[in-house]
Amino acid sequence: MTTMRTPLKKVRYLGSAKEGADHFWKQRVTAVANLFLGIFLVWLIVSLLGADYATAKQKLAHPLIAIPLLGLVLSGAVHMRIGMQVIIEDYVHGEGLKVVALMLNTFFAIAIALACVFSILKLSFGA
Amino acid sequence: MVQLTLPKNSTISEGKTWNRPDREGDWKEFRIYRWNPDDERNPRVDTYHIDRKQCGPMVLDALIKIKNEIDPTLTFRRSCREGICGSCAMNIDGTNTLACLKGIEDVKGPVKVYPLPHMEVVKDLVPDLTNFYAQHRSIEPWLKTDTPTPPKEWKQSRDDREKLDGLYECILCACCSSSCPSYWWNSDRYLGPAILLQAYRWVIDSRDEATGERLDNLEDPFRLYRCHTIMNCAKACPKGLSPAKAIAELKKLMVERRV
Repeated sequence: MTTMRTPLKKVRYLGSAKEGADHFWKQRVTAVANLFLGIFLVWLIVSLLGADYATAKQKLAHPLIAIPLLGLVLSGAVHMRIGMQVIIEDYVHGEGLKVVALMLNTFFAIAIALACVFSILKLSFGA
Repeated sequence: MVQLTLPKNSTISEGKTWNRPDREGDWKEFRIYRWNPDDERNPRVDTYHIDRKQCGPMVLDALIKIKNEIDPTLTFRRSCREGICGSCAMNIDGTNTLACLKGIEDVKGPVKVYPLPHMEVVKDLVPDLTNFYAQHRSIEPWLKTDTPTPPKEWKQSRDDREKLDGLYECILCACCSSSCPSYWWNSDRYLGPAILLQAYRWVIDSRDEATGERLDNLEDPFRLYRCHTIMNCAKACPKGLSPAKAIAELKKLMVERRV
């Protein structure tokens, strides 16, 4: 209140970022992808119930199994990252803390995705 | 971080009981938020008793009666007393609404009256709407055209006029915006449901020629996309409008112009 700036100056602030629609659209596209790939994952887990390591490995060696699984990891990681980004922007208000949190969020999503991709590829190609 | 608890100087204490039922009647208890910026005290909740046989049917009638007959220091905004000016928006019985449209008999138990939530308080039930009005100003709520003004009027088909129904009725009472958690946390950058409904009203006006420019100004992670479809706005609106739907339409237009 003591900044001597007019209310309109405060509201206009730095202007419109002219983005957000892409974020919104990506969230919906990945949500739809996750829905189908999630059902696929449930099916896969059920079909592997009680199976031993060799059977699981053999199943994941098939491209029609490994590729959707990789798709789920990528789509899920993107969805997780942008979803968490919204929550951080909602609740973390200090600019410094917010930037750090957003960075950590990105690193976390990438780390999870890479670890999952590595695991799937290891099973698919054998080691 | 978002502040979830009240700061020390905002915690509410028990206030004064101004009168008690002193004769037979249909008495109703009113518990009203009081805060005076001049006495350096914390907010408190004062208690008043009103005989409904001696009072009009609406909460606003009771507030006016209290101010006239019991406590002239009680401060609130009111004007039209028929739901068209939006002045008497406040939180009654836990929901944001207009005091002039809220019947006393609709409230079970004591009638709890607070100012609109999460707004700075000027005094008692009067919230500071400076930021809200500046946000309304920022969306430039007037017809913008480049075509020279026609000699008579800007024409509009009946179909296009119908698109403004459910939007033009908004009286800017701020019940919706102040019921929105996203607006509570980010009212400095998020425009809020009322202003976005107004923005959509001008975006879809067939006579307006600044549609793209308007969408440009709204396309922002904070101005528009803080809306997470919580729907409190549609529930709160005393005029029965749906700001949530207007915001959804804006988001659809944002996608439509890029895919």
